Amino acid sequence: MSDVKAQSGRNEASVMNRSVMTQLLVDKLKSGEAVIGGIGNSNFDLWASGQRPQNFYMLGSMGLATPIALGVALAQPQRKVFALDGDGSILMQLGALGTVAAEVSKNLAIIIWDNGLYQITGSQKTLTSAGADLVAIAKGAGIAQSYWAFDQAHFESLIERALVEDGPWFIAVRIDAEKPAGVTERDPVKIRLNFMQGLGAKP
Amino acid sequence: MSTSQTNETWYAVVARVLKANKVTLVAYVPDNVLAPLIKLIHADPDFTVVCPAREEEAVAIVAGAYMGGRRGIALMQTSGFATIPNALASLICPYEIPLLMMISERGTLGDFQKGQAIVCRTMRPVLQSLGIEHFAIQDMGQLEFVVDSMIKQAFATQAPAAMILSPLLTKRVAA
Ligand SMILES: Cc1ncc(C[n+]2csc(CCOP(=O)(O)OP(=O)(O)O)c2C)c(N)n1
Repeated sequence: MSDVKAQSGRNEASVMNRSVMTQLLVDKLKSGEAVIGGIGNSNFDLWASGQRPQNFYMLGSMGLATPIALGVALAQPQRKVFALDGDGSILMQLGALGTVAAEVSKNLAIIIWDNGLYQITGSQKTLTSAGADLVAIAKGAGIAQSYWAFDQAHFESLIERALVEDGPWFIAVRIDAEKPAGVTERDPVKIRLNFMQGLGAKP
Repeated sequence: MSTSQTNETWYAVVARVLKANKVTLVAYVPDNVLAPLIKLIHADPDFTVVCPAREEEAVAIVAGAYMGGRRGIALMQTSGFATIPNALASLICPYEIPLLMMISERGTLGDFQKGQAIVCRTMRPVLQSLGIEHFAIQDMGQLEFVVDSMIKQAFATQAPAAMILSPLLTKRVAA
């Protein structure tokens, strides 16, 4: 990966598709990595990518995918944990980036799907549309390994690094405004129990 | 051992009972009353301590840790509690996560800050409307039993629990 790519800002990143990128990510998970899907489209596309037992679908609590993932990462330091969330959601809980940085969560990676919109509530613009750069924010919060995915190949190489190298990682992906590929079945207790079983956690 | 017969402080009792119940992850946003407990827990290598920016984060971190098989607790003051009803109602309650909370009760029994006093009055209605088990601990004689049994009930019933530290416990003793 070249330094040019590593230093690219939001404007230089090409626009990808959340369903496609979620599937690409999930297909690389071979070691029972935990994945926390944030509110709305982030967990819908995670659901549509195949219902792995190590997936957690966060139906409400906008903004909390990252701190939930941090909790899982703290409980199971040997397991890699991914948080998938939207730009509007992480903008609501930016302090969590500082918490992740301070914890030096080696097994945590945060993936942000940045469509510049609150898509699910009617596509109102978020602050990233007005120029807020989430990678710069994450770096400023102390997550040194914060990158824009420049294109699909770059996204794949960042994920491959996150799977083997120490984190925390923050990877932002610009995405289009396509609808998600499915909708999560809404049964919170079942979601939790399946997830805990998938992680081998004793209740 | 009866705690009232020793010189054990309220915070030493809390730390001991947490450990006895394998509650070793602590996430907090600070509060003056909680300060001695926070100091004790930082100094004790048996605890993992996380210091998030907001109480909502603390709630989510403890929830995630539980799902990963580790027991934790979120410490906050009443005004912190007032920032978390959405996290309780949309994450903790529907997913039936046994979130432990320890809340220092500010804004009552002699508090001089009007804002604290007003926000304090929102706590019990929120706990009641969400059906969350809660108890205000008022003296050393109650402390060990209440903390121990609320923790055990929370995990046995997959339900959150709010242990409220009344000024009757923390201020009278500390004074
Ligand atoms: C605290 C809170 N405020 C507002 C909402 C309404 N809401 C639900 S999803 C959402 C938008 C999420 O935006 P983003 O994370 O960018 O994901 P996208 O919909 O663009 O995929 C909003 C505003 C909510 N659920 N909770």
